Order: sequence, then C-alpha cells, then structure tokens
Amino acid sequence: MSQATMTASAPQKISLSRVLGPGHVWALGVGIVLVGEYTGWNFSADKGGSLAALLVCWIIGLLYTSVAMIDSEVTSTIAAAGGQYAQAKHIVGPLMAFNVALYMVFAYTMLEVSDAILVGDTIVAKANTDGLTHNAFLAVTIVSLAWLNYRGVLATLNFNFIITALAYVAIIILFLSVSPWSQGAVLKLGEMVTPANSLPYGWIGVIASFHFGIWYFLGIEGTTQAAEEVRSPARALPYGTMAGMITLLIAGAMTWYVCASLMPWEYLGVTAYPLWDAGRLTGSALLENMMFFATLLAAIASANGCVNDSARAWFSLGRDRYLPTWFSAVHPKYRTPYRSILFLLPIALAFAFIADLNQAITFSILSGVLQYTFMSVNIIMFRNKWPLGSIQRGYTHPFHPIPAIVLFILCVTTFFAIFLGYGAQLTAMVVFYLAVSVWFHFYRYQYVRRGDQFTMPWPKPKGY
Amino acid sequence: MWINFSYLCWAVSAALVAWMLYDWYKTDTTYSEETLTSSREGEIEATAERHKV
Repeated sequence: MSQATMTASAPQKISLSRVLGPGHVWALGVGIVLVGEYTGWNFSADKGGSLAALLVCWIIGLLYTSVAMIDSEVTSTIAAAGGQYAQAKHIVGPLMAFNVALYMVFAYTMLEVSDAILVGDTIVAKANTDGLTHNAFLAVTIVSLAWLNYRGVLATLNFNFIITALAYVAIIILFLSVSPWSQGAVLKLGEMVTPANSLPYGWIGVIASFHFGIWYFLGIEGTTQAAEEVRSPARALPYGTMAGMITLLIAGAMTWYVCASLMPWEYLGVTAYPLWDAGRLTGSALLENMMFFATLLAAIASANGCVNDSARAWFSLGRDRYLPTWFSAVHPKYRTPYRSILFLLPIALAFAFIADLNQAITFSILSGVLQYTFMSVNIIMFRNKWPLGSIQRGYTHPFHPIPAIVLFILCVTTFFAIFLGYGAQLTAMVVFYLAVSVWFHFYRYQYVRRGDQFTMPWPKPKGY
Repeated sequence: MWINFSYLCWAVSAALVAWMLYDWYKTDTTYSEETLTSSREGEIEATAERHKV
C-alpha cells in the first residue's frame, strides 16, 4: 500500500526519445558536413592553388577518418547526449568536459550562422533585385529550423535525411553530366591545372590550405550527439558515422574534380558558390538551377543538424549542473531539450545579423579543431584506463595508437595554418576558453553534484 | 516578387517564434520544474536496454 502511494506521488520521468536508426545518424553527420562541398572547401584553393585543394581533401580526409574511428569506439561505449562532452567527463575530467561542450556549442552555432548566411546570400544572388537584403532569409532559416527541432527529433532527422540525400544526388548528377571520363568535352583539367599554376605558393601554400580544407568534412563528429536518441547506440553510431565518412570522401573527390576542371584556381578560391558556378559553366540551365536548389538544401540540412547538436551539448551541461539545471528541461510532449533550443535561437540570430561569413566559418573551424585535438588525447587515455576486454565496446577501432597520433599531428598543422591567416582570432579564442575555464574551476564547479555526473557502470580505471 | 517573399519570411519567422514562446509558457506552467528536469544521463540507456522486441 505504502509502495503504491509512493509510486503514485513520485514525479513523472521525462527523457529524450529513443527513435533514431543508422540512417538518421548518417543524415545528421552528412547533413551537417555536405554544405562544405557547396562552399568553404574551395577557399583552400585561394591559399595554395587547385592542387593544394585536392591534397588537403585527402590529408584532411585522413584527419576525419581518424576522428570517425576514434569517435565510433568511444561513443558506442559512452552513449549519452552531449557526445564528446560525456566522453571527456568520464575519461579526462570535469574541466575538460566543460571546455569540450563549449567547443561544440561554438562550432555548431557558428556553423549554423554560416549556413544561414549562405542561404540568405544565395537567394539574394539568385534574385538580383535592388533593395533585397538577406536578413529575412537568415531569420526564417534559423527560426523555422529551431521550430522543427523543438517539435521532435524524428521529424527533424527524417527531413534532414531527405534534403541531404537530394543535395548529394545533385553532386552525382552534375558529375555524370559533364562526362568525367572524357576530358576536353566539358571538363578542361589539363588547361585549368598546369605544372606552372598547380601550387602557386609552393608547399607552404598546401599547409595554409589546411585552414579551409577542414570544410570538406567539418562536423561529421556531430553524429555522437544522437547517442541518447538512437535505438541501438552500439550499432547505429559506428555504422552511421563510418558510412557518412565514406559518402563524404566520395563527394569531396567528385566536387574537386568537376570544379577544378571548370574554373581557374584564382576564381575557384574566391567564389562563394563553386558547385552552383560549376552548374552554370556547363551551359545547362537545368544543371544551374539544380545546383542552386541543392546549395540551399545543403545549407539548410547543415543548419538543421547544428541546431540539433548545439542544443544537446547545452542541455547536457545543464543536466550535470555545469550550467543552471533550468537548461536540462525536456519537453513532455515532443521529448526535446526545448529550453536549450530556445536559448540558443536568439544567439544564432544575433551572430547571423552581425557576423561576417569568413569570421563565422573561422570561429567554427577553430572550435572544431580544438575538439579534435582533445579526441586524440582522449582515446589514448581511454585505452590506458580501460584496456580492451575490461569493458564492453560497441566498436573497436584498428591500428591504435596510429589514428590518434595522425590526428594530433594534423590538428597541430591545422592550428599553424589558421594562425597564418587568422592569428588574432586564434589567440582571442584561446584566451576566451582560458577565462571560462577559470570561471568554471573557481566558481561554477561548487554547484556540481560530483558523484552524480559519472553515470557509466564501469570498473575502476587501471592504476586507480 | 522577391521583396514580397522576404516579407512573407519575416511573417513566418514571427509566427513560429510566437508559437514557440506560447508553447514554452504553456509547458512551464502545466508541469512542475522537477518533472521537466527529471532526465538523467545513463537512465535512458539502462531502461531501454531492458525492453524486448
């Protein structure tokens, strides 16, 4: 009787909804990233020429393959919203976790801002109407995606799956339409990329092009934010992430081949719409219009995934009291972190109205690379503290520690490349993270329930 | 046409923001704070793995 009374009076538990499968994980990861093929990667040609843009596609592909493998192993073991934040909390410690969550919120929010600016600018460029500004299109993109995310994760990622697949198919159609097997008909790679202009700034140009080469794959690690909402984390996360990475490597190679064969590096490196321009340069109005719509779809898919991921990272911080618990509310009907979504909405809008596209992209890249650097250290600590066999892993990545070492070296190289072009922003960002770390350590951490934050039923780490 | 389309975008944005603010207010006044913030990391994993298909 007393037990029944206690059950009746206990507060109802509300949690995120576990409704997603591997396809949704793919849609989240590829959806965030694919916009990088439509714009962003090509700025690497401005830094080092067309050949440098191809070399960084492969080298940065190696960086992100390491990220995907490492992430798949750790996240299939620590399946919690917040992704790398939850990983850092359990493996490194609270201060690292707080920083990693902020890296994610910044990376995804600034990427969302960049995507919205791209949507607005693309529509304005197409309209070519006096007096038309991009502000209304920025607003409707950010607000409608926040609304979609507010209403539920299943509809959000079903929508992302459809528009991401359409944007991806557009790249394949463009590639097949220009007779890629027959140079000279439409494509003129031999004329566009010659021994004299392939690396106009030499090998230092290749290093400098790492900065925007990141955009080929930036955001694939966002798949881990779905960890608490997939039906089977151990299967869906590695499968969706690795399939996404393979998809993107193919898309990156096709994109470079078509664009570098149609445009000289001096133009390719500065245009905001390399694939749309490629469609226009084929002379086909159909392909031009298709690539215009595909650019919009890719940007919307990316912004949609970013709203999803930034809100979950913010939500996780609230749930562990790293931020006020107010942010950890879950909507009782839609099962989404609705307060986090609403809180980040005006921030994204403010940045979208005042930020410059290049600045927003750079802040996103910087936060992303800080996060990847952490991941290379994190996996070494994970394997040392909990060696293979000590806990159950959904996926075990091969060749350890080679991917971690490769990742670390490439991250350091990318920091150097960013420093060459955006040294002031890099320094400002590092100072910002140091300042918030001091605030967290000396002030905020007193509110954290220290025992409650570690939730994985693991044995004590080796050596403790 | 594009200028009118931009006005439509503003109107849609305003309507969606109004809807979200209304739903936020309704939700927060209907449910207790304890219920809304009852999600815990790890609990979802533990309960979901118990279900049988």
